[in-house]
Amino acid sequence: MINVAVEISEKKCIGCGLCVQTCPFDALTLVDGVVQVDPDKCTNCGACVEICPTEALALDEPTKEMTNKEKEQVKEMTGTAREMSEELTKYKGVWVFIEQMEGKVSPVSWELLGEGRKLAAKLNTYLAGILLGDGVEHIAQEAFNNGADKVYLVQSPVLKHFRTQPYMDTIINLTKRHMPEIILMGATTMGRDLSGAVATGLGTGLTADCTELDIEPESRYMLQSRPAFGGNIMATIVCRHRRPQMATVRPRIMDMPEYKKDQQGEIIREETNLQEEDIAVKVIDYIKEKGKAVYLDKAEIIVAGGRGIGSKQNFKMLQELADTVGGTIGASRAAVEAGWLEAEFQVGQTGTTVRPKVYFAIGISGAIQHLVGMQTSDVIVAVNNDPDAPIFKVATFGIQGDLFKVLPAMTEQFRKQLRQ
Amino acid sequence: MSDKFDVIVVGAGPSGLSTAYLLAKAGLDVIIIERGDHPGTKNVMGGVLYRQPTEELLPKFWEHAPIERPIVEQRMWLMDEESVVTLGYRSKGYGKEPYNNFTVLRAKFDRWFAEQVVDAGALLITETVVEDFLYDGSRIVGVKTGRSEGEIRANVVILAEGVNSLLTQKCGLQKDGIDSSQLAVAVKEIVALPKEKIEDRFNLEEGEGATIELVGQNTMGMMGTGFIYTNKDSLSVGCGVLVSQLVEKEGLNPNELLEHMKSHPALKKLLEGGETQEYLAHMIPEGGYRAIPKLYRDNVLVVGDAAMLCNGIHREGSNLAMTSGKFAAETIVAAHEKGDYSAGMLSEYQRKLENSFVLKDLKKYQNVGLVMEKNRQFFEFYPHALNKALEEFLTIDSVPKKEKQKKIWEDITSHRSKYELIKDLYRGWRMMG
Amino acid sequence: MHIVVCAKQVPDTSEVRIDPETNTLIREGVPSIMNPYDAHAVEEAMALKDQYGGKVTVISMGPPQAEEVLRQAISFGVDEAILMSDRSFGGSDTLATSYILTAGIKKVNEQEKIDLIMCGKQAIDGDTAQVGPGIATRLGIPQLTYVMDVLEVNQEKRTIKVARKLEGEKEILEAPLPSLLTVVKDLNELRYSSLPNKIRAARFNATVWRKDDFEMDLEQMGLKGSPTTVRKIFPPPDRGEGEIIPGGKDNPEEAAAVLVEKLVKQEIIADR
Repeated sequence: MINVAVEISEKKCIGCGLCVQTCPFDALTLVDGVVQVDPDKCTNCGACVEICPTEALALDEPTKEMTNKEKEQVKEMTGTAREMSEELTKYKGVWVFIEQMEGKVSPVSWELLGEGRKLAAKLNTYLAGILLGDGVEHIAQEAFNNGADKVYLVQSPVLKHFRTQPYMDTIINLTKRHMPEIILMGATTMGRDLSGAVATGLGTGLTADCTELDIEPESRYMLQSRPAFGGNIMATIVCRHRRPQMATVRPRIMDMPEYKKDQQGEIIREETNLQEEDIAVKVIDYIKEKGKAVYLDKAEIIVAGGRGIGSKQNFKMLQELADTVGGTIGASRAAVEAGWLEAEFQVGQTGTTVRPKVYFAIGISGAIQHLVGMQTSDVIVAVNNDPDAPIFKVATFGIQGDLFKVLPAMTEQFRKQLRQ
Repeated sequence: MSDKFDVIVVGAGPSGLSTAYLLAKAGLDVIIIERGDHPGTKNVMGGVLYRQPTEELLPKFWEHAPIERPIVEQRMWLMDEESVVTLGYRSKGYGKEPYNNFTVLRAKFDRWFAEQVVDAGALLITETVVEDFLYDGSRIVGVKTGRSEGEIRANVVILAEGVNSLLTQKCGLQKDGIDSSQLAVAVKEIVALPKEKIEDRFNLEEGEGATIELVGQNTMGMMGTGFIYTNKDSLSVGCGVLVSQLVEKEGLNPNELLEHMKSHPALKKLLEGGETQEYLAHMIPEGGYRAIPKLYRDNVLVVGDAAMLCNGIHREGSNLAMTSGKFAAETIVAAHEKGDYSAGMLSEYQRKLENSFVLKDLKKYQNVGLVMEKNRQFFEFYPHALNKALEEFLTIDSVPKKEKQKKIWEDITSHRSKYELIKDLYRGWRMMG
Repeated sequence: MHIVVCAKQVPDTSEVRIDPETNTLIREGVPSIMNPYDAHAVEEAMALKDQYGGKVTVISMGPPQAEEVLRQAISFGVDEAILMSDRSFGGSDTLATSYILTAGIKKVNEQEKIDLIMCGKQAIDGDTAQVGPGIATRLGIPQLTYVMDVLEVNQEKRTIKVARKLEGEKEILEAPLPSLLTVVKDLNELRYSSLPNKIRAARFNATVWRKDDFEMDLEQMGLKGSPTTVRKIFPPPDRGEGEIIPGGKDNPEEAAAVLVEKLVKQEIIADR
């Protein structure tokens, strides 16, 4: 008898291993990042086909007859994959870490309360903020005004400045006691530092840098989507058997919630018995970086130039447009590597991720790594000689022509039309 | 630290790798120094690899090496402005073992070849430039690289540095330098096309390959040729002309020449929908026999392009490179046994080359370049005339065939006298036959 | 001082392409490199060794081909390089990866006490920045992430002082040794390897540690030990058809005027 086994498209396989986990017969293995099937073990049950995110698996032949025992195995396996274990149903509530530094809250925390509200509604549960610090109680009210039902407040001198260890310990303790279903943090320096430590401490899954979140109602899974493989493709990630489900979200991706004054909420005060001598790391100093002229991440209008600008000298033309519309100068990797602008001006995967209201891409062809860093801008205006340049695929408005003619004409037109 | 090796090979192209491979197999302590990121990154050739000389080094290499397609059909196109006369030879036998030739992508193939060399026991150092020799008095005892603590000692240095043979010049083997009339510039594009399209357009069975050589109007009358080779899922499209002639055409750059060639209606269809993935340019030593430098001195041998071992007429280079590498290795193994690396001992290398096709062929064609350069009609007039003649002959316009033949003959003889035609025929015969 | 650096082999994401028809990754021909941030971690470890003396060990988890990354580390001059490679490690997410690397680091520590662990701030293929903090948490040592400058190592007091790069400011921290640092690119320039180190790298064969070299919990590694799984892959959200303003080639002034009028009329750009 010839064994018929599931067919694998190596081209489509991304090596995620989902099928390997799902296979009731241990017929699949990952070899060098691509799944391989053992035809002796494969019963052609199709469990893997169903779960594969990229349609890399297919049943070419009619399913061969399975024994009853095998049918039972399939049922058991696919069944457990769908049903939540009882332990996991004990976790309830969506938590958002409220990131503050010296009493100043990072806006991404409010963006996350907005997003968390939607998730909580779908899960029919509450939304809470976690607020750690010293003398930060007033921020709780702001959290309520941004939509939180509750705030877990822990105050102590050891929590005054962010340090990983006391923050991590405190959040792990809170989580163990109150068992939230979801914890969200901003994908900021602090959020990324903290989330990795907390998730490891809790032994749960964490998805970094999400750009979309949603809930699958039947399973209560948080669907965590993020750009993968250099931003060419989006991947939706789930955390199946552990709780809480944790994600960080890039700033400026989610919308701000509607702000309502004087909202009521519950403050839950928790103590920490951490003492300063328990904490190994000492903060010596904070230094505001002086002379840093560029805050690309905060700019509302960015005028960015690429290889097409041609020289350092020509960036003056770009500066004129930027000055006219009140924007900040940016650059592609090519322009930075050519030495026309400093590295801090670089937009893209290896530079800064930006989400301005308007992004002018002048003489930028739109290499993937650049697109990743700017394609969530509200409006993208592209000027490029090459009509096939990928930048036009993401552009809201485009002009296909010589930038040395178009650019000065735009500056002049803005001067004229903005005055009116 | 001064590591001492038996042999230093400068350059990981076909000649250097061949030398190093055989030396390592013979148990010598070999180090190869390559300037590129990987072996092959700096190497460019049209893309045809000859089975026989390669197999002498690497038996049944096609079973493991990243080859593109075995070539079953070789065509020649004689180009005019809008028309083309085609000739070709196809053999089913070329599609199976032992095969005749293969198309390869040098970068991929050389990386694989280098792996074999390393597995054989040679040491490969990349991203390292050899800047000069290390001397003990006047004797060469090693090389200096551009890295810190960058000196290495060895009994012999093999110069497989390619066409820009600075070290060969530095140690006095290439005294006069190389002038532009001895060099051709070749440009090449890799144009991506789906497998099925390639096989369809070139009338090939699955996995088979074809080559087309283009002569005539595509080089704008300059001495040179064009080519199209089928890879697995791309085409290598390129052309080469003498640098000295390109310089005469002021303002014309090689890229434009290639674009000109690609715009011919017969090529357009073959390339349609293809996306250019890579653009490569390289110099080819076309000086022939007369340009060959002195090939050895105490403790030094020159192989491959650095030794100007390249047959422009038959588009052969890598096979000469590999064969020269083989002879160099054999010579050094013998020298190693005697512990004598003097010029006298190493002169055996030259004798081996002289007794083989390498120098015999180059000697035979030594005048071709000069003849061709002085007689551009081979690249300009004849392809044109042949196209015209066939056009005349194949156009159905109710003119009697006899009159047509007469007209064709008149057309041709109005441009070249009967005497010149006979002379050209004789020249062609002498050169090639 | 004994410094351990964790390095990962990644595909050069700047060369990753997508097949537009099938929307899948084109793997072929994408070169593998050492994660650039990890390269800076190796460089910093070497610079510290140059200054304070000691030893640098590099450890990597990955398939057998990841030996290339270790070879590169050797060419930087590191003393030892270890590859953790086993089929049961395959499919690990960040949680499982930190478990495996921690086991490796503990084994290194048994052989020679570790004073400092360094990682890149994140890998360019996954961009998660989770493995470094994961290792620190598992080892119970301080983590100092986004380090832009190592200011001082005091070997007597056994402390390290670093500057961390935060949004718009920097933070100076002092931590006891051993600590774990994750580094950004600005903290150093990569060195140009010396020839002897290049030769050492060419001769290098990695020590390979497999699952059976440790007492490890199979439930915590590979696919089983990975709570996160990919549910779905889909193309990036379409931004919708853009509008190409006509006449860019023939009448650029006119096209510019039309564009600016649109931007101003729709109040995309307003007077300040």
